[in-house]
Amino acid sequence: MSSQVPSDLRYAKSHEWVRVANGIATVGITDHAQHELTDVVFVELPAVGRVVKASEACAVVESVKTASDIYAPVSGEILAVNKAVSDNPALVNTAPFADGWFVQVKLSNPGELDQLLTPEAYRAQIGA
Amino acid sequence: MIRIRTDAACHLTTSMSLKRTPLFAAHQRLGGKLIEFGGWEMPVQYSSIVDEHLCVRRASGIFDISHMGEVFVTGPAAEGFLNETLTNDVRKLAVGQGQYSQMCREDGGTVDDLYVYRIAPMEFLLIINASRIEVDVPWLQERICGSSHRSGVFFEDASSRLGAVAIQGPRVVQFIADVFQGPSQAGTAVGSVLDLKKNEIGLWKSLSGTSGPMGPIWVARTGYTGEDGFEVVAPGDMIETIWNQCLDLGHVGCLQPCGLGARDTLRTEVCYPLYGHELDEATSPIEAGLGIFVVFDKGGFVGRSVLLDQKTNGPRKRLAAFRMTDKSPPPRPGYAVISGDQPVGTVVSGTQSPSLNQGIGLAYVPPTLAQPGTVIGVEIRGRRFAAEVVKKPIYRKP
Repeated sequence: MSSQVPSDLRYAKSHEWVRVANGIATVGITDHAQHELTDVVFVELPAVGRVVKASEACAVVESVKTASDIYAPVSGEILAVNKAVSDNPALVNTAPFADGWFVQVKLSNPGELDQLLTPEAYRAQIGA
Repeated sequence: MIRIRTDAACHLTTSMSLKRTPLFAAHQRLGGKLIEFGGWEMPVQYSSIVDEHLCVRRASGIFDISHMGEVFVTGPAAEGFLNETLTNDVRKLAVGQGQYSQMCREDGGTVDDLYVYRIAPMEFLLIINASRIEVDVPWLQERICGSSHRSGVFFEDASSRLGAVAIQGPRVVQFIADVFQGPSQAGTAVGSVLDLKKNEIGLWKSLSGTSGPMGPIWVARTGYTGEDGFEVVAPGDMIETIWNQCLDLGHVGCLQPCGLGARDTLRTEVCYPLYGHELDEATSPIEAGLGIFVVFDKGGFVGRSVLLDQKTNGPRKRLAAFRMTDKSPPPRPGYAVISGDQPVGTVVSGTQSPSLNQGIGLAYVPPTLAQPGTVIGVEIRGRRFAAEVVKKPIYRKP
């Protein structure tokens, strides 16, 4: 089982990914994380407008066996949440880097992006 | 994100002294994800819990249950001793028959729940929980020593030399007689393993694909999934051969290896208790809704007076099965049950049911709230989600 690690994203040690465009970060969990969880059955998303700090728990993902926190990889205001993923949590398993995204955050401190892992560093962390 | 919030957290910590079954290497080869369970390093899943669960409901699955304990109680006074120690009535067992039973304290609390088989006129095999071996063995030994029957009872804890597998699902009948061929050699006399009826056990001494006699291989038509199936107890050094023969011959039944994750969701759907969840030393079988396994007219047994009082006057708590009624996170052990604005009970088992695609669980509540149809709430991360008490089992075969 080799997990995908797209090269155009940045990663948190806690297995979230970040895609940045126009000062807005889209956040999800990695292919490796969804493999570890398997069978995602519930996703709990934050309220739009909530301001989160980097490393703060901002969502919950539940598999059959366990509930796990999702941490905001960056600070900022929640601009949007993915209603499709709360309606159909299996998207986290089938399309973790696309339709399975969780939240969009308006970056309040873009410098934080430099603290995140490069694809190479994340690959090394998970042994991919 | 992989910070686990529930009681499953302990599953991800590997301590140094975990015990391994004879199938440990097989689990690694099959890509099983290993966790800690009751002091053992066991596979929680191979493919996914949902996949394995549905495979057992629709086809067949094989589980390593070698962590469970096996105890032999034998001798001319074994029957009398067991009837004073267990809640069920072993006198009802003919040779080759088994029954579910509890073993209680004087105060009615449950020491363990177990299966007892009469494998010969004066020989009984007890299958006990892995997490309770270290409690049950001294409990039984002390009771034998203090018993008037002590000169007629022999005891052996065979847990470390025996292993076990469970083969479960509607398509097990398509291949099981290819694995365990011919007639039984002891226990229930049958011409084929397929002739064993529910709760019957037989002895086989050879295995397809191997030369020469082996054994003893005890095969019982029992299980923990709500499906037809068999549980097999054999010497530890034969378990991998049995496992591999089942996987080789089981392809006709789409047999898949299944982990403890699916074992737990399968048993929760049919409301079978798991020690440490539905049962513990502070909980009686009457409270757990297992009164049919407590036989009062057989004479004295440990816990009888407290259990009879609970049965007559009603217990202070009851185990209720429930289904979440709205979209909700899965209920989990430890969550509070709410009625009105008050916490009134605790979830002891809970999961997303793979068969029903809905949150289900078992909870201890006041007896007045245990009636099917009662609306309750489950508190999950500070929010209340609606649930309905339902009849057991939660899942029935269509």
